[in-house]
Amino acid sequence: MKNIPVKRVDLIFEKIVCKEIFKKIISMDPERIIQSVIDSGLKGRGGAGFPTGLKWQFAANEKGDEKYIVCNADEGEPGTFKDRQILDEVPEKVFCGMAIASKAIGAKYGFIYLRGEYYFLVSKLEKKMDEFHLLMKEMGHDFRILLRLGSGAYICGEESALFESIEGKRGEPRNKPPYPTASGLFNKPTCINNVETLVYTVMILKYGASHFMHLGTKDSRGSKVFSVSGDTPKAGIYELELGMSVDEFVEEFGDGDTKAVQVGGAAGFCVPRKRFADTVIGFEGVPTGGSMKLFNSSRSMYNVMHNYLDFFAEESCGQCTPCRVGCQQLLKGIEAVKKGERSSKYLDELVKLATTMKLASKCGLGQSVGNAFSSIVENFKEEIIY
Amino acid sequence: MTLSESISQKVNKHGKTRDALMPILQDIVREKHYISDQDMVEVARQLDLSAADIFGTTTFYSFLDTKPRGKYVIRICKTISCSMKGKNSILSTMEEILKIKLGETTADKKFSLLETNCIGWCHKAPAILINDTPYTELTPEKVTEILREYIKQR
Amino acid sequence: MIKLSINGLLVEVPEETTILEAAKKLNFRIPTLCNHDDLCVAGNCRVCVVEQLGGKALFAACGTPVAEGMQILTNSLKVRTARKHVIELLLSEHNADCTKCYKNGQCELQNLANEFSVGDHIFLDLLAHKEYTIDRFSPSIQKDDSKCIRCQRCVRTCQELQGVNALSVAYKGMHQKISTFFDHSMAEVICTNCGQCINRCPTGALVERTYLDEVWDAILDPDKHVIVQTAPAVRVGLGEDLGLSPGERVTGKMVAALKRLGFNSVLDTDFTADLTIVEEGNELLSRLKKAIVDKDENTALPMTTSCSPGWVKFIEHTFPEFLPNVSTCKSPQQMFGALAKTYYARAKDIDPKKIVTVSIMPCTAKKYEADRPEMRSSGYKDVDYVLTTRELARMVRQAGIDFSQMKEDHFDRLMGASSGAGVIFGATGGVMEAALRTAYEIVTGREVPFTDLNIMPVRGFDGIKQASVKIENCLDEWKFLEGVELKCAVAHGLSNARELMRAVKNGDLNVHFIEIMACPGGCLGGGGQPIPTNQKIREERAAAIYEEDMSMPIRKSHENPEILQLYEEFLGEPLGHKSHELLHTHYKERERY
Repeated sequence: MKNIPVKRVDLIFEKIVCKEIFKKIISMDPERIIQSVIDSGLKGRGGAGFPTGLKWQFAANEKGDEKYIVCNADEGEPGTFKDRQILDEVPEKVFCGMAIASKAIGAKYGFIYLRGEYYFLVSKLEKKMDEFHLLMKEMGHDFRILLRLGSGAYICGEESALFESIEGKRGEPRNKPPYPTASGLFNKPTCINNVETLVYTVMILKYGASHFMHLGTKDSRGSKVFSVSGDTPKAGIYELELGMSVDEFVEEFGDGDTKAVQVGGAAGFCVPRKRFADTVIGFEGVPTGGSMKLFNSSRSMYNVMHNYLDFFAEESCGQCTPCRVGCQQLLKGIEAVKKGERSSKYLDELVKLATTMKLASKCGLGQSVGNAFSSIVENFKEEIIY
Repeated sequence: MTLSESISQKVNKHGKTRDALMPILQDIVREKHYISDQDMVEVARQLDLSAADIFGTTTFYSFLDTKPRGKYVIRICKTISCSMKGKNSILSTMEEILKIKLGETTADKKFSLLETNCIGWCHKAPAILINDTPYTELTPEKVTEILREYIKQR
Repeated sequence: MIKLSINGLLVEVPEETTILEAAKKLNFRIPTLCNHDDLCVAGNCRVCVVEQLGGKALFAACGTPVAEGMQILTNSLKVRTARKHVIELLLSEHNADCTKCYKNGQCELQNLANEFSVGDHIFLDLLAHKEYTIDRFSPSIQKDDSKCIRCQRCVRTCQELQGVNALSVAYKGMHQKISTFFDHSMAEVICTNCGQCINRCPTGALVERTYLDEVWDAILDPDKHVIVQTAPAVRVGLGEDLGLSPGERVTGKMVAALKRLGFNSVLDTDFTADLTIVEEGNELLSRLKKAIVDKDENTALPMTTSCSPGWVKFIEHTFPEFLPNVSTCKSPQQMFGALAKTYYARAKDIDPKKIVTVSIMPCTAKKYEADRPEMRSSGYKDVDYVLTTRELARMVRQAGIDFSQMKEDHFDRLMGASSGAGVIFGATGGVMEAALRTAYEIVTGREVPFTDLNIMPVRGFDGIKQASVKIENCLDEWKFLEGVELKCAVAHGLSNARELMRAVKNGDLNVHFIEIMACPGGCLGGGGQPIPTNQKIREERAAAIYEEDMSMPIRKSHENPEILQLYEEFLGEPLGHKSHELLHTHYKERERY
């Protein structure tokens, strides 16, 4: 397998004139717009990686004209901060992506759900939204964006929890099916996309699907904005072509002493040094919403795990048993092993519990806690015990 | 302005449907830094919702405080990057300057000191929010200077 | 139709069927905790997870609709491991001091723990890290958070079924809990004490406040004369808790058992149900007269019933502007209590101080009602103790009485006689039907024009029912009602009550008389009835109530000979001075939370 070396790309933050692109799109058939996005191979950039074009198609196929576009700007995964930068630097491209999606699926309203921690962006976004609405009017496209804010709840990044929150309720994930494209916000067909995904749709329509498709690998087309943090001299935001290995990534961003990389945030996977070379960053290997956190040998993986579990025990919505109680058990469990109150064998029981959380939790949060836990404990057992 | 007038102002702005609830609660918090039981009863009355339901929704969101807080609510990020990059020394510096412990409010009701989960500044850790404004790449010296500025303000 | 296989067996079910229901069709019981027939799907306990062959994650069988070609496994290794884990996790945050628990032996979590032989489960005790409160302030409901498993059945009951919203899910993650407004006690909030939450709580987190010991003490005190009254719905539910099937009428056995338990007099709330009809029927007619003849615009119409204490507290909190519309009649329970310590005491020549009145109710709100400060018009607490149907069953078991073998017995006399109209008080629409049987006859001198006196339009389980009766050929005294179409509406379950009152408030519903029972199905579906209660069981209990009515020699309240005797010897006339003193009450506006 040939890996793609670390290569910078400049699509997301490239300054463009949205009016020109939208002019081109407004005359296109929705089917053609959707086909371009399907052809590009773009998968959702929030982390789950659902094919974007397919999502648009599902929403477009739903009957009725009351549909919604929702932009998920509730970027809360520890180690992820790229959406903030996108909304700060190129908000008009996000709006443009929403407008394209609205044209594709036939929606008149869009919502941006912005995490409360990013409130400082609001005045700027509102100003840009006014300009955007004027543009829509000028173009004769009936589409309006409304801004909604979160208030400090990580789980609201889960799509159905996000809908609940916009609807004025506790942000508790819903049972699925039905999926959002059939019944989402206000129980209407809804297309929900991450900030970055929406901007990519703009660039795909600007440069053509093949331009995007030729970047990356078979399973992970295109490029991706990475949020790099932890023990690195180059913490920051980088748009990179997909397909590199963790090894190559560490070569570029490590401090020479990297022992592990947490890919995908607290809910992601921990890749230890011995697996750097054979792990690809992407849907064929370790998927990520962008969070890349490097740990050097001075770090205790027990502390890392403890910090994550503390986070999840608080940020779980609390409705389903495996996640609510499981997170607490994992947290108290590693404490008990550390203190010697339980034998190291108890870690095996906790890994089994993590599997149950993966299998039986109601939403992605509980399911992914299991991943993070197993990948750290399995690779750094000694650090957890002693 | 009475409580009822203040709430009805917000209801007029955001509407009477359930989806107006979050914006209304967020406005209350922005104004007085917490939501009281009376606020909730009044919102419940004006939106024709149950007060317990509003309480349940409010307490789900960590930024919708139900305890009185100071004029400046300082939230220090405790998640991994900030934790790795010296969050504790920033916290103890702030505790020293404000003479309060984590979770407390100063006697003059000016500052509250709270922890929060990841606020999205991991590459510039450690970070805090003072009300809605982020401060990043903090050192004890830098946070001291920031707080001094706030203390000077009325 | 959708075809799928479950554990290798093929089954065909309609679209929208859940995996849980499809499995039931094949006789596979998938365990559940958060699921309840009366409530919407929550899918949050995860006990019912099942595996789809080749699938990654497990599904909650309760919340997942079937799909063509699904191959479901309900007992695979993955499923069994996950299920056992879930049960163990629940136990790790549950106060499993079972022998001390009121629900010991009747707890769904305990049953599951037993089924899955969790024994000495592996996980850490999380209770040790938390503070829990037991709320014992309400006279009706005890809430113990340490036993709560967050299935949210109570919240869904309170919000959807009852529309009360006293309970809500609060906080999140490890701090998530079921809470009232600002964590106040149940006694301080909008809770109507209907007890529907208790009826659906799988564990001992929500239970009735029990007064069994107090009742036993009274019975065993030779100085006390203990009278027991039994509500109409008890006789069609009690059997379920004592080994009989739903819908079995056990009136005679119940009376026999009560006598064996040592009550000095076993009497019937149906008697005062008849009395309520006479008082309330006359109250309605007098309001109509005020409105039509005196043209008094301040007459509060429509008049609503007041027998259901859950409803009364609901309207006090929720629609206080309609309090004048509520009939001033006390409920049958409280009329009984007031008369027991006056009329009965005098007739039997017993010092009322020595009388202890106990009532057996399908209801937990009755405990609260008996505690209301207004309910002391005899000069004493009119009703001393209220036990639920479930508590009576427990008492019978404690006394070692083999209920199914009891020989049928009869109520004692003086406040023990009743009519079929009194019996149907236990079902939604029953008060309306009983009132119409009497009011129509007062006004016209003839029986209501319905076959066998059965007023079918007000029966059944529609949330809101409407009926009307045209009044023709009135007696002279009631000529002002000639040609009037008397319109009535009936609602059961407080969600429906809220909807109905909203319609009245908005002017969308124009009627003269409204019957409301707080519980779904009326008292027969009361919060104090045996667990489980669901739609099928409510229907069976209702059928039994109407059978009981048909079996009675007297079917109209105003023909109950003991009622006639009561007016003659004691009360004088309906709505008279004595009635007002003992049988009527008033209401007050309460907080909105």
